[in-house]
Amino acid sequence: MENRLRVLRAERNWSQGDLAERLEVSRQSVNAIETGKYDPSLPLAFRIAELFGLAIEEVFVSPSRAH
Amino acid sequence: MPWTPAAKRYNVRLILLTLLYGVFLTSAVYGFKHHLVGGAVAWVVATLPALPLIGVFAAMGRYLVEEQDEYVRMLLVRQMLWGMGFALSCATVWGFLEGFDLIRHIDGYWIVAAWYFGQGIGACVNRVTLGARVACS
Repeated sequence: MENRLRVLRAERNWSQGDLAERLEVSRQSVNAIETGKYDPSLPLAFRIAELFGLAIEEVFVSPSRAH
Repeated sequence: MPWTPAAKRYNVRLILLTLLYGVFLTSAVYGFKHHLVGGAVAWVVATLPALPLIGVFAAMGRYLVEEQDEYVRMLLVRQMLWGMGFALSCATVWGFLEGFDLIRHIDGYWIVAAWYFGQGIGACVNRVTLGARVACS
């Protein structure tokens, strides 16, 4: 699933490790989500969106709308 | 390698169970070799080395439950599925070959070794397809 995680992270000058620490997951998890290799569960997706103060659809792109 | 708290606890349990396995196996081999056990005691002593291995299965299950990082948990599940598939496939093929007298009989506990080996394959698949690995790979 496409997402804006890398951009949002870069805007805040956060490394993957910084984001992982804030989300209480491994850096590997952040990397997998960021590169689209892993789709997070709904609770984790909500945690990510809330951390950035955004709605889920502002972070993750719906697969049906992705090109 | 993500050494999550749950992974650290799993590794401590694994080390303790491995040590226990070594003690039980050595004792059982010594006891049987020197004819120190017999009757019902022999059954108990022969079963003892299996208990830590069963403990390892339980420890893996507990790790799956305790692991809070869902991505790491997914990697572990994939790895375990590879282990299970590989072990069951080996047992099935070996069973038919043995049934048709094409191959000799081997002790059933080798299925555990095949399961571990299969998990190793699973870890490699995770590494190649996702570029990831888990603490117990």
